[in-house]
Amino acid sequence: MKKVKIATYNLNLWFGKNHVLKNINMQIEENKVTAIIGPSGCGKSTFLRCLNRMNDLIEDTRIEGKVLLDGENIYGNKMDVVSLRKRVGMVFQKSNPFPKSIFENVAYGLRIHGEKNKKKLQERVEQSLRDAALWDEVKDRLDKSAMGLSGGQQQRLCIARALAIQPEVVLMDEPASALDPTATNKIEELIQKLKEKYTIVIVTHNMQQAARISDYTAFLLMGELIEFQPTAKLFTNPENKKTEDYITGRFG
Amino acid sequence: MEKRHFHRELGELNRKILKMGNAVENLISRSVESLKKRDTELARDIINSDEKIDKMEIDIDETCINLLALYQPMAIDLRFIATALMITTDLERIGDLAVDIAERTLELADKPLLKPLIDVPKLATLAEQMVHQSLEAFINHNSDLAIEVCRHDDEADHLRDLVYMEIIQIITNNGSVAPRAIPLLLVARHLERICDHATNIAEDVVYMVQAQMLKHHPR
Repeated sequence: MKKVKIATYNLNLWFGKNHVLKNINMQIEENKVTAIIGPSGCGKSTFLRCLNRMNDLIEDTRIEGKVLLDGENIYGNKMDVVSLRKRVGMVFQKSNPFPKSIFENVAYGLRIHGEKNKKKLQERVEQSLRDAALWDEVKDRLDKSAMGLSGGQQQRLCIARALAIQPEVVLMDEPASALDPTATNKIEELIQKLKEKYTIVIVTHNMQQAARISDYTAFLLMGELIEFQPTAKLFTNPENKKTEDYITGRFG
Repeated sequence: MEKRHFHRELGELNRKILKMGNAVENLISRSVESLKKRDTELARDIINSDEKIDKMEIDIDETCINLLALYQPMAIDLRFIATALMITTDLERIGDLAVDIAERTLELADKPLLKPLIDVPKLATLAEQMVHQSLEAFINHNSDLAIEVCRHDDEADHLRDLVYMEIIQIITNNGSVAPRAIPLLLVARHLERICDHATNIAEDVVYMVQAQMLKHHPR
Protein backbone atom coordinates (compact mmCIF):
# COMPACT_ATOMS: atom_id res chain seq x y z
CA MET A 1 0.00 0.00 0.00
CA LYS A 2 1.55 3.28 -0.99
CA LYS A 3 1.87 6.00 1.56
CA VAL A 4 1.92 9.71 0.86
CA LYS A 5 4.78 11.37 2.71
CA ILE A 6 4.30 14.93 1.52
CA ALA A 7 1.21 16.43 -0.07
CA THR A 8 0.81 19.97 -1.34
CA TYR A 9 -2.62 21.54 -1.73
CA ASN A 10 -3.12 24.65 -3.85
CA LEU A 11 0.37 25.77 -3.05
CA ASN A 12 1.02 29.30 -4.27
CA LEU A 13 4.11 31.39 -3.77
CA TRP A 14 4.92 34.98 -4.57
CA PHE A 15 8.27 36.73 -4.45
CA GLY A 16 7.04 40.31 -4.18
CA LYS A 17 4.59 40.68 -7.06
CA ASN A 18 6.05 37.76 -8.94
CA HIS A 19 3.71 34.75 -8.82
CA VAL A 20 6.27 31.94 -8.85
CA LEU A 21 4.25 28.84 -7.94
CA LYS A 22 0.66 28.48 -9.05
CA ASN A 23 -1.76 26.09 -7.39
CA ILE A 24 0.58 23.14 -7.08
CA ASN A 25 -1.15 19.95 -6.00
CA MET A 26 1.22 17.06 -5.67
CA GLN A 27 1.48 13.89 -3.63
CA ILE A 28 4.94 12.59 -2.91
CA GLU A 29 5.12 8.93 -2.04
CA GLU A 30 7.15 7.58 0.84
CA ASN A 31 10.39 5.70 0.06
CA LYS A 32 10.28 6.73 -3.57
CA VAL A 33 12.34 9.10 -5.64
CA THR A 34 10.33 11.97 -7.08
CA ALA A 35 12.05 14.11 -9.70
CA ILE A 36 11.10 17.67 -10.56
CA ILE A 37 12.02 18.77 -14.07
CA GLY A 38 11.39 21.92 -16.07
CA PRO A 39 13.21 24.78 -17.77
CA SER A 40 15.23 27.33 -15.81
CA GLY A 41 13.02 29.68 -13.86
CA CYS A 42 10.00 27.36 -13.88
CA GLY A 43 9.94 27.27 -10.08
CA LYS A 44 11.29 23.80 -9.44
CA SER A 45 13.93 24.83 -6.89
CA THR A 46 11.43 27.19 -5.26
CA PHE A 47 8.97 24.33 -5.01
CA LEU A 48 11.62 22.10 -3.45
CA ARG A 49 12.49 24.81 -0.94
CA CYS A 50 8.83 25.09 0.06
CA LEU A 51 8.99 21.54 1.37
CA ASN A 52 11.24 22.47 4.30
CA ARG A 53 10.37 26.18 4.47
CA MET A 54 13.69 27.37 3.10
CA ASN A 55 11.84 30.15 1.28
CA ASP A 56 10.93 31.64 4.66
CA LEU A 57 14.46 33.01 4.68
CA ILE A 58 13.81 35.07 1.55
CA GLU A 59 12.37 38.53 2.10
CA ASP A 60 9.00 39.54 0.69
CA THR A 61 7.87 35.95 0.18
CA ARG A 62 4.20 35.07 0.47
CA ILE A 63 2.96 31.51 0.56
CA GLU A 64 -0.62 30.26 0.38
CA GLY A 65 -1.96 26.74 0.46
CA LYS A 66 -0.81 23.76 2.44
CA VAL A 67 2.17 21.45 2.55
CA LEU A 68 1.39 18.37 4.61
CA LEU A 69 4.18 16.24 6.02
CA ASP A 70 2.64 13.00 7.29
CA GLY A 71 -0.67 14.84 7.25
CA GLU A 72 0.51 17.83 9.28
CA ASN A 73 0.66 21.29 7.70
CA ILE A 74 4.27 22.47 7.89
CA TYR A 75 3.08 26.06 7.49
CA GLY A 76 0.77 25.65 10.49
CA ASN A 77 1.30 27.65 13.68
CA LYS A 78 2.43 24.69 15.71
CA MET A 79 5.22 23.69 13.35
CA ASP A 80 8.73 24.24 14.70
CA VAL A 81 10.88 25.09 11.69
CA VAL A 82 14.10 23.74 13.19
CA SER A 83 12.60 20.33 13.88
CA LEU A 84 10.94 20.42 10.44
CA ARG A 85 14.33 20.89 8.76
CA LYS A 86 15.68 18.06 10.87
CA ARG A 87 12.99 15.82 9.40
CA VAL A 88 13.35 17.23 5.89
CA GLY A 89 17.03 17.56 5.05
CA MET A 90 18.57 19.19 2.03
CA VAL A 91 21.54 18.81 -0.31
CA PHE A 92 22.49 21.61 -2.69
CA GLN A 93 23.93 21.88 -6.19
CA LYS A 94 27.29 23.14 -5.04
CA SER A 95 28.80 20.99 -2.35
CA ASN A 96 29.38 23.14 0.70
CA PRO A 97 31.48 21.30 3.25
CA PHE A 98 32.50 23.25 6.32
CA PRO A 99 36.21 24.08 6.63
CA LYS A 100 36.56 21.38 9.24
CA SER A 101 37.64 17.77 9.33
CA ILE A 102 35.62 15.11 7.54
CA PHE A 103 34.47 13.75 10.89
CA GLU A 104 33.40 17.15 12.21
CA ASN A 105 31.44 17.91 9.05
CA VAL A 106 29.25 14.88 9.57
CA ALA A 107 29.11 15.27 13.36
CA TYR A 108 28.18 18.95 13.09
CA GLY A 109 24.42 18.56 12.95
CA LEU A 110 24.46 16.05 15.78
CA ARG A 111 26.53 18.35 17.96
CA ILE A 112 24.24 21.33 17.48
CA HIS A 113 21.33 19.08 18.32
CA GLY A 114 23.13 18.42 21.62
CA GLU A 115 24.72 15.03 21.08
CA LYS A 116 27.79 14.78 23.32
CA ASN A 117 28.29 11.05 23.70
CA LYS A 118 31.54 10.34 21.85
CA LYS A 119 30.77 6.73 21.05
CA LYS A 120 27.35 7.62 19.73
CA LEU A 121 28.84 10.37 17.58
CA GLN A 122 31.38 7.96 16.13
CA GLU A 123 28.75 5.37 15.39
CA ARG A 124 26.46 7.84 13.70
CA VAL A 125 29.24 9.43 11.66
CA GLU A 126 30.36 6.02 10.42
CA GLN A 127 26.82 4.94 9.57
CA SER A 128 26.11 8.19 7.72
CA LEU A 129 29.33 7.94 5.75
CA ARG A 130 28.48 4.33 4.90
CA ASP A 131 24.96 5.30 3.83
CA ALA A 132 26.47 8.00 1.64
CA ALA A 133 28.83 5.42 0.09
CA LEU A 134 31.87 7.40 1.22
CA TRP A 135 33.13 5.46 4.25
CA ASP A 136 35.62 3.23 2.45
CA GLU A 137 37.22 6.22 0.76
CA VAL A 138 37.66 8.34 3.90
CA LYS A 139 37.80 6.00 6.89
CA ASP A 140 41.58 6.39 7.21
CA ARG A 141 41.53 10.17 7.12
CA LEU A 142 38.53 11.26 9.11
CA ASP A 143 40.59 13.92 10.87
CA LYS A 144 41.77 15.48 7.62
CA SER A 145 40.13 18.58 6.16
CA ALA A 146 37.00 18.01 4.09
CA MET A 147 38.29 20.61 1.68
CA GLY A 148 40.86 18.10 0.42
CA LEU A 149 38.19 15.76 -0.94
CA SER A 150 37.29 15.64 -4.62
CA GLY A 151 34.10 17.36 -5.85
CA GLY A 152 32.16 14.09 -5.94
CA GLN A 153 33.42 13.10 -2.49
CA GLN A 154 32.52 16.52 -1.10
CA GLN A 155 28.98 16.13 -2.40
CA ARG A 156 28.66 12.69 -0.83
CA LEU A 157 30.04 14.20 2.38
CA CYS A 158 27.23 16.77 2.27
CA ILE A 159 24.77 13.92 1.79
CA ALA A 160 26.31 12.12 4.79
CA ARG A 161 25.99 15.33 6.79
CA ALA A 162 22.32 15.55 5.86
CA LEU A 163 21.77 11.89 6.75
CA ALA A 164 23.54 12.15 10.12
CA ILE A 165 20.57 13.79 11.80
CA GLN A 166 18.35 10.99 10.48
CA PRO A 167 15.88 12.90 8.33
CA GLU A 168 12.78 11.29 6.86
CA VAL A 169 12.91 13.21 3.60
CA VAL A 170 15.97 14.34 1.66
CA LEU A 171 15.57 17.22 -0.78
CA MET A 172 18.24 17.40 -3.46
CA ASP A 173 18.69 20.46 -5.63
CA GLU A 174 20.75 19.51 -8.69
CA PRO A 175 23.05 17.33 -6.56
CA ALA A 176 25.14 16.05 -9.46
CA SER A 177 25.16 18.90 -11.95
CA ALA A 178 28.68 19.99 -11.04
CA LEU A 179 30.10 16.47 -11.07
CA ASP A 180 31.84 14.37 -13.69
CA PRO A 181 30.10 11.24 -15.08
CA THR A 182 31.78 8.84 -12.63
CA ALA A 183 30.89 10.94 -9.59
CA THR A 184 27.40 11.49 -11.01
CA ASN A 185 27.02 7.75 -11.37
CA LYS A 186 27.97 7.25 -7.71
CA ILE A 187 25.41 9.83 -6.58
CA GLU A 188 22.74 8.19 -8.73
CA GLU A 189 23.53 4.74 -7.36
CA LEU A 190 23.45 6.23 -3.90
CA ILE A 191 20.02 7.77 -4.45
CA GLN A 192 18.65 4.38 -5.46
CA LYS A 193 19.97 2.94 -2.21
CA LEU A 194 18.81 5.83 -0.05
CA LYS A 195 15.18 5.49 -1.03
CA GLU A 196 14.98 2.30 1.01
CA LYS A 197 15.28 4.46 4.12
CA TYR A 198 14.29 7.93 2.98
CA THR A 199 11.86 9.73 0.74
CA ILE A 200 13.80 11.61 -1.92
CA VAL A 201 12.74 14.65 -3.89
CA ILE A 202 15.25 15.76 -6.49
CA VAL A 203 15.38 18.74 -8.79
CA THR A 204 17.39 18.12 -11.92
CA HIS A 205 18.08 19.79 -15.22
CA ASN A 206 19.15 16.49 -16.63
CA MET A 207 16.12 14.64 -17.98
CA GLN A 208 18.04 11.44 -18.56
CA GLN A 209 19.05 11.57 -14.91
CA ALA A 210 15.43 11.98 -13.85
CA ALA A 211 14.53 9.07 -16.12
CA ARG A 212 17.27 6.88 -14.67
CA ILE A 213 16.76 7.42 -10.98
CA SER A 214 13.21 8.49 -10.22
CA ASP A 215 9.95 6.63 -9.68
CA TYR A 216 7.79 9.67 -10.34
CA THR A 217 8.45 12.78 -12.36
CA ALA A 218 6.80 16.16 -12.15
CA PHE A 219 7.08 18.65 -15.00
CA LEU A 220 6.84 22.30 -14.02
CA LEU A 221 6.46 25.15 -16.48
CA MET A 222 6.16 28.83 -15.52
CA GLY A 223 5.13 27.95 -11.99
CA GLU A 224 2.48 25.42 -12.97
CA LEU A 225 2.53 21.68 -12.50
CA ILE A 226 1.89 20.51 -16.05
CA GLU A 227 2.15 16.78 -15.56
CA PHE A 228 2.92 14.35 -12.76
CA GLN A 229 3.31 10.70 -13.67
CA PRO A 230 5.23 7.51 -13.03
CA THR A 231 8.60 8.24 -14.65
CA ALA A 232 8.45 5.55 -17.34
CA LYS A 233 5.05 6.82 -18.47
CA LEU A 234 6.09 10.47 -18.54
CA PHE A 235 9.17 9.84 -20.65
CA THR A 236 7.67 7.36 -23.12
CA ASN A 237 4.12 8.62 -23.42
CA PRO A 238 3.41 11.96 -21.77
CA GLU A 239 -0.22 13.05 -21.76
CA ASN A 240 0.32 16.76 -22.09
CA LYS A 241 1.59 18.30 -25.32
CA LYS A 242 3.71 20.79 -23.33
CA THR A 243 5.50 17.91 -21.59
CA GLU A 244 6.06 16.20 -24.92
CA ASP A 245 7.49 19.37 -26.45
CA TYR A 246 9.81 19.93 -23.50
CA ILE A 247 11.20 16.41 -23.20
CA THR A 248 11.69 16.03 -26.95
CA GLY A 249 13.48 19.38 -27.18
CA ARG A 250 10.81 21.04 -29.30
CA PHE A 251 10.12 23.54 -26.57
CA GLY A 252 10.60 27.27 -26.91
CA MET B 1 12.49 27.94 -33.99
CA GLU B 2 15.30 26.57 -36.05
CA LYS B 3 15.10 22.79 -36.18
CA ARG B 4 17.59 21.12 -33.95
CA HIS B 5 20.24 18.89 -35.38
CA PHE B 6 18.54 15.87 -33.83
CA HIS B 7 15.24 16.58 -35.55
CA ARG B 8 16.98 16.96 -38.88
CA GLU B 9 18.51 13.53 -38.27
CA LEU B 10 15.06 12.13 -37.52
CA GLY B 11 13.86 13.57 -40.84
CA GLU B 12 16.75 11.83 -42.54
CA LEU B 13 15.81 8.53 -40.86
CA ASN B 14 12.23 9.00 -42.03
CA ARG B 15 13.43 9.47 -45.62
CA LYS B 16 15.54 6.31 -45.42
CA ILE B 17 12.57 4.27 -44.26
CA LEU B 18 10.39 5.67 -47.05
CA LYS B 19 13.05 4.77 -49.58
CA MET B 20 13.25 1.22 -48.25
CA GLY B 21 9.44 1.01 -48.17
CA ASN B 22 9.22 2.09 -51.81
CA ALA B 23 11.88 -0.40 -52.83
CA VAL B 24 10.06 -3.24 -51.05
CA GLU B 25 6.65 -2.29 -52.50
CA ASN B 26 8.25 -2.23 -55.93
CA LEU B 27 9.75 -5.66 -55.33
CA ILE B 28 6.39 -7.20 -54.41
CA SER B 29 4.57 -5.83 -57.46
CA ARG B 30 7.38 -6.94 -59.76
CA SER B 31 7.49 -10.43 -58.23
CA VAL B 32 3.74 -10.82 -58.78
CA GLU B 33 4.17 -9.53 -62.31
CA SER B 34 6.95 -12.05 -62.98
CA LEU B 35 4.63 -14.81 -61.82
CA LYS B 36 1.70 -13.68 -63.95
CA LYS B 37 3.80 -13.12 -67.07
CA ARG B 38 6.10 -16.09 -66.38
CA ASP B 39 8.96 -13.62 -66.88
CA THR B 40 12.15 -15.40 -65.78
CA GLU B 41 14.39 -12.45 -66.56
CA LEU B 42 12.38 -10.23 -64.24
CA ALA B 43 12.38 -12.98 -61.60
CA ARG B 44 16.19 -13.18 -61.70
CA ASP B 45 16.41 -9.43 -61.49
CA ILE B 46 14.27 -9.49 -58.30
CA ILE B 47 16.39 -12.22 -56.74
CA ASN B 48 19.48 -10.08 -57.34
CA SER B 49 18.01 -6.91 -55.92
CA ASP B 50 17.46 -8.42 -52.47
CA GLU B 51 20.97 -7.49 -51.44
CA LYS B 52 20.11 -3.81 -51.89
CA ILE B 53 17.21 -4.17 -49.43
CA ASP B 54 19.44 -5.93 -46.90
CA LYS B 55 21.92 -3.06 -47.06
CA MET B 56 19.13 -0.56 -46.48
CA GLU B 57 18.03 -2.46 -43.40
CA ILE B 58 21.53 -2.45 -41.94
CA ASP B 59 21.94 1.24 -42.67
CA ILE B 60 18.63 2.12 -40.97
CA ASP B 61 19.39 -0.06 -37.96
CA GLU B 62 22.77 1.60 -37.52
CA THR B 63 21.17 5.02 -37.82
CA CYS B 64 18.63 4.12 -35.14
CA ILE B 65 21.25 2.74 -32.75
CA ASN B 66 23.34 5.88 -33.20
CA LEU B 67 20.38 8.17 -32.55
CA LEU B 68 19.50 6.23 -29.41
CA ALA B 69 23.06 6.29 -28.14
CA LEU B 70 23.84 9.90 -29.00
CA TYR B 71 20.58 11.68 -28.16
CA GLN B 72 18.71 9.46 -25.65
CA PRO B 73 15.40 10.48 -27.21
CA MET B 74 12.14 10.62 -25.29
CA ALA B 75 8.40 10.30 -25.91
CA ILE B 76 7.35 10.40 -29.60
CA ASP B 77 10.98 10.57 -30.77
CA LEU B 78 11.80 7.44 -28.80
CA ARG B 79 8.71 5.64 -30.07
CA PHE B 80 9.49 6.72 -33.65
CA ILE B 81 12.99 5.26 -33.52
CA ALA B 82 11.84 2.08 -31.76
CA THR B 83 9.18 1.71 -34.47
CA ALA B 84 11.72 2.31 -37.23
CA LEU B 85 13.82 -0.55 -35.84
CA MET B 86 10.84 -2.91 -35.84
CA ILE B 87 9.51 -1.84 -39.22
CA THR B 88 12.77 -2.38 -41.08
CA THR B 89 12.87 -5.97 -39.85
CA ASP B 90 9.42 -6.53 -41.36
CA LEU B 91 10.30 -4.71 -44.57
CA GLU B 92 13.39 -6.82 -45.00
CA ARG B 93 11.36 -10.01 -44.48
CA ILE B 94 8.80 -8.79 -47.03
CA GLY B 95 11.69 -8.32 -49.47
CA ASP B 96 12.76 -11.92 -48.83
CA LEU B 97 9.22 -13.13 -49.51
CA ALA B 98 9.12 -11.25 -52.83
CA VAL B 99 12.33 -13.07 -53.69
CA ASP B 100 10.65 -16.36 -52.70
CA ILE B 101 7.80 -15.57 -55.09
CA ALA B 102 10.32 -14.86 -57.86
CA GLU B 103 11.90 -18.24 -57.17
CA ARG B 104 8.48 -19.91 -57.58
CA THR B 105 8.21 -18.07 -60.92
CA LEU B 106 11.43 -19.76 -62.02
CA GLU B 107 10.12 -23.18 -60.91
CA LEU B 108 6.86 -22.72 -62.81
CA ALA B 109 8.16 -20.98 -65.92
CA ASP B 110 8.91 -24.09 -68.01
CA LYS B 111 5.76 -25.95 -66.99
CA PRO B 112 2.29 -25.55 -68.49
CA LEU B 113 -0.10 -23.46 -66.43
CA LEU B 114 -2.04 -25.58 -63.94
CA LYS B 115 -5.15 -23.42 -64.00
CA PRO B 116 -6.10 -19.80 -64.53
CA LEU B 117 -5.07 -17.82 -61.46
CA ILE B 118 -8.04 -16.32 -59.58
CA ASP B 119 -7.51 -16.13 -55.84
CA VAL B 120 -3.72 -15.71 -56.03
CA PRO B 121 -4.00 -12.38 -57.89
CA LYS B 122 -6.63 -11.27 -55.37
CA LEU B 123 -4.28 -12.15 -52.53
CA ALA B 124 -1.44 -10.36 -54.33
CA THR B 125 -3.52 -7.21 -54.67
CA LEU B 126 -4.44 -7.38 -51.00
CA ALA B 127 -0.80 -7.86 -49.97
CA GLU B 128 0.34 -4.88 -52.03
CA GLN B 129 -2.48 -2.77 -50.64
CA MET B 130 -1.76 -3.73 -47.03
CA VAL B 131 1.97 -2.98 -47.35
CA HIS B 132 1.24 0.32 -49.06
CA GLN B 133 -1.32 1.40 -46.46
CA SER B 134 0.82 0.36 -43.51
CA LEU B 135 3.64 2.53 -44.86
CA GLU B 136 1.23 5.37 -45.53
CA ALA B 137 -0.02 5.07 -41.95
CA PHE B 138 3.60 5.27 -40.79
CA ILE B 139 4.38 8.37 -42.84
CA ASN B 140 1.26 10.22 -41.75
CA HIS B 141 1.24 8.95 -38.15
CA ASN B 142 -2.25 7.70 -38.93
CA SER B 143 -3.29 5.05 -36.40
CA ASP B 144 -6.83 4.77 -37.84
CA LEU B 145 -5.43 3.65 -41.17
CA ALA B 146 -3.06 1.29 -39.35
CA ILE B 147 -5.95 -0.33 -37.50
CA GLU B 148 -7.73 -0.65 -40.84
CA VAL B 149 -4.74 -2.59 -42.19
CA CYS B 150 -4.83 -4.95 -39.20
CA ARG B 151 -8.47 -5.72 -39.94
CA HIS B 152 -7.55 -7.01 -43.43
CA ASP B 153 -5.36 -9.74 -41.99
CA ASP B 154 -8.26 -12.19 -41.65
CA GLU B 155 -9.17 -11.62 -45.29
CA ALA B 156 -5.64 -12.60 -46.28
CA ASP B 157 -5.87 -15.80 -44.24
CA HIS B 158 -9.20 -16.60 -45.86
CA LEU B 159 -7.85 -16.16 -49.42
CA ARG B 160 -4.86 -18.33 -48.62
CA ASP B 161 -7.20 -21.03 -47.29
CA LEU B 162 -9.21 -20.91 -50.53
CA VAL B 163 -6.04 -21.47 -52.55
CA TYR B 164 -4.93 -24.27 -50.22
CA MET B 165 -8.23 -26.09 -50.48
CA GLU B 166 -8.39 -25.75 -54.24
CA ILE B 167 -4.85 -27.01 -54.71
CA ILE B 168 -5.27 -29.89 -52.29
CA GLN B 169 -8.33 -30.89 -54.30
CA ILE B 170 -6.38 -30.73 -57.56
CA ILE B 171 -3.52 -32.84 -56.19
CA THR B 172 -5.97 -35.33 -54.68
CA ASN B 173 -7.56 -35.80 -58.11
CA ASN B 174 -4.28 -36.07 -59.99
CA GLY B 175 -1.03 -36.47 -58.08
CA SER B 176 1.11 -36.03 -61.19
CA VAL B 177 0.39 -32.27 -61.29
CA ALA B 178 1.97 -31.77 -57.85
CA PRO B 179 5.22 -30.17 -59.23
CA ARG B 180 3.05 -27.48 -60.87
CA ALA B 181 0.62 -27.17 -57.97
CA ILE B 182 2.91 -26.96 -54.95
CA PRO B 183 4.78 -23.81 -56.05
CA LEU B 184 1.39 -22.10 -56.41
CA LEU B 185 0.43 -23.21 -52.94
CA LEU B 186 3.73 -21.73 -51.70
CA VAL B 187 3.03 -18.46 -53.50
CA ALA B 188 -0.23 -18.19 -51.56
CA ARG B 189 1.75 -18.84 -48.40
CA HIS B 190 4.36 -16.16 -49.29
CA LEU B 191 1.67 -13.59 -50.04
CA GLU B 192 -0.18 -14.32 -46.82
CA ARG B 193 3.10 -13.92 -44.90
CA ILE B 194 3.60 -10.54 -46.59
CA CYS B 195 0.17 -9.56 -45.23
CA ASP B 196 1.30 -10.68 -41.75
CA HIS B 197 4.35 -8.44 -41.94
CA ALA B 198 2.20 -5.53 -43.15
CA THR B 199 0.01 -6.17 -40.10
CA ASN B 200 3.10 -6.07 -37.87
CA ILE B 201 4.08 -2.74 -39.38
CA ALA B 202 0.57 -1.42 -38.81
CA GLU B 203 0.62 -2.57 -35.18
CA ASP B 204 3.96 -0.83 -34.69
CA VAL B 205 2.47 2.36 -36.15
CA VAL B 206 -0.34 2.18 -33.57
CA TYR B 207 2.32 1.89 -30.87
CA MET B 208 4.21 4.85 -32.31
CA VAL B 209 1.14 7.08 -32.46
CA GLN B 210 -0.82 5.98 -29.40
CA ALA B 211 1.85 4.25 -27.28
CA GLN B 212 -0.44 1.20 -27.15
CA MET B 213 0.77 -2.31 -27.83
CA LEU B 214 -1.60 -4.13 -30.18
CA LYS B 215 0.80 -7.00 -30.74
CA HIS B 216 -0.35 -10.43 -29.67
CA HIS B 217 -3.72 -9.10 -28.52
CA PRO B 218 -6.88 -10.46 -30.06
CA ARG B 219 -8.53 -7.72 -32.06
